[in-house]
Amino acid sequence: MKAFIQRRLLQFLPLVFGICALNFVLIQLAPGDLAEVVAGETGQVEDGAGSAEYVAELRHSFGLDVPAWAQLAAYLKRLVTFDLGYSHRFGAPVGDLIRERVAATALLGVSSLILAVGVGVLLGVLCARWRNGRLDRAVSAAMALCYSVPVFWLALMLLVVFGVKLQWFPIGGMQEVGIEAAGPWAQARDVLWHLVLPVVTLAVYSTAVYARFTRASMVDTLQEDYIRTARSKGLSELAVVFRHALRNAFLPVLTLIGANVGELLAGSIVIETVFSWPGLGKLTYDAVVNRDTSLLLSLLFLSSLLVMAASLLVDILYARLDPRIDIKR
Amino acid sequence: MKKLNLQTWIGAAILLVVVATALLAPLLYPGDPLDMSATPYLVPGQDWHYPLGSDLMGRDLAAGVAHGARVSLLVGAAAAALTLLIGVVFGTLAGYWGGWVDNLLMRLTDFFQIVPRFLLAIILVSVLEPSVWVVVLSLGATSWTHTARVVRAEVLALRHREYVQAGLAAGMGHVRIILRHILPNALTPILVSTSIVVAGCILAESGLSFLGLGDPNLLSWGAMIGTGREAIRTGWYMIAIPGVAVMLTVWSLNVLGDTLNQYFNPKLRD
Repeated sequence: MKAFIQRRLLQFLPLVFGICALNFVLIQLAPGDLAEVVAGETGQVEDGAGSAEYVAELRHSFGLDVPAWAQLAAYLKRLVTFDLGYSHRFGAPVGDLIRERVAATALLGVSSLILAVGVGVLLGVLCARWRNGRLDRAVSAAMALCYSVPVFWLALMLLVVFGVKLQWFPIGGMQEVGIEAAGPWAQARDVLWHLVLPVVTLAVYSTAVYARFTRASMVDTLQEDYIRTARSKGLSELAVVFRHALRNAFLPVLTLIGANVGELLAGSIVIETVFSWPGLGKLTYDAVVNRDTSLLLSLLFLSSLLVMAASLLVDILYARLDPRIDIKR
Repeated sequence: MKKLNLQTWIGAAILLVVVATALLAPLLYPGDPLDMSATPYLVPGQDWHYPLGSDLMGRDLAAGVAHGARVSLLVGAAAAALTLLIGVVFGTLAGYWGGWVDNLLMRLTDFFQIVPRFLLAIILVSVLEPSVWVVVLSLGATSWTHTARVVRAEVLALRHREYVQAGLAAGMGHVRIILRHILPNALTPILVSTSIVVAGCILAESGLSFLGLGDPNLLSWGAMIGTGREAIRTGWYMIAIPGVAVMLTVWSLNVLGDTLNQYFNPKLRD
């Protein structure tokens, strides 16, 4: 097991390096010199003797006065120590900005993932069991819509219907102001209340993906000989479908989850923007609005690491669940 | 082949209407759709001169939807073309040459599959300053991985077929073999799903312009939704109308892509 994880981590190394290199190239691509931009924003570029000195000083403090390769080396060194730098637009270290918001996004993302896998797999199983039946056709028509709807628009429409018109759910944020005073239970209920619309919207696309994939996998599995054997043994249909078929059909679905984490992160950008959810997605939007490239690149770096971690986790889980894979090799 | 179903016909009809609207937009609504032309907050149907109403800045929504169709289709088609170009070139090189070329290109593909696509597109656009071509470039640069993998697999399977070996033995050049004998056979699964790639690019473009990363000089559906968001309490139709336009266009492209896929890939038929 340990060797397996070590090998996978080694495979990730070139990818991590690639992301660092890409980040660096993007910083270099950005038009304008960061030092001049910052100096301009602090209003210190009046044509005086002091301005050139100030820019030079800034350039030195950003490490921009050395050749590109030395900058790259310095950049990699900082990344290795997880020093993500300082955001001049937000006036705080990037690490702190991200740390404050990770929990909110994790809550949103994990809830959506659970909802999408649960509903998607269940729908996929039912559709495969009654293939080309009424449910199957209804679900596949609905899924075609789920694939086609822009999530941010769906979020806004749900907000209009359930937030503005019916007022069943709050129209944004993560909790009411001052709810902490009402005790932890009231706070948890309140957060849950705010969570419903964003989670549902974020899960729509993934649910369609899981349903489609599970259905295809189940259709294949249900044609296997051992399913016929299980039926002829007189097992109940429930046991045949869920215990014999789904257990095998679920394995390929599991591999989707790794890739899906990246999609959920990307989806959370627009979802959190619409629902003013105080997480990484909202931070990404704020960074876009403020043209804070270095913050954006840190977010890209961290989300890529997260996708890799998720795919590693899925691989381990896969090997655990599938006895045919010998992980000790 | 079974008869084309109702869904396909509806999809084709919708796409036809969208394309016609895009082509006719400058004739139907001459002038800049970003200009103020009506009283703000006209509800659809209130003034038949502006059948879809007007937004909070008094811009004609019907003109916006018509001109937005041009932007969406243009960006979608151009980005899909770029996606296919990169994917086919990389996939062919990797599948045909194998060895270190294959290794390098496939690691690159892995890399682009790990990095969240939409986030990378956002960063590219915001670094390079938004314009139509930057949006096209960043969507194309981030969505080619699937195409590359499919083409690679097809080319790899054809590479060792006897007729290819025969061509080589007869002294044909690699370029001629690739262009004349491999690509025509390898491209079918990619070409039939082109409309699905276009659909994905249109969706991504609407997301970018919703976030304010579209071309600031052109009115696109995503940007209209972004503007309408400010009037969510009073003018929900400003959000609803362009969103329905995006959804119908993407849906019709997806449906047509599925139909073509079923027609050309017998394996996919249920």
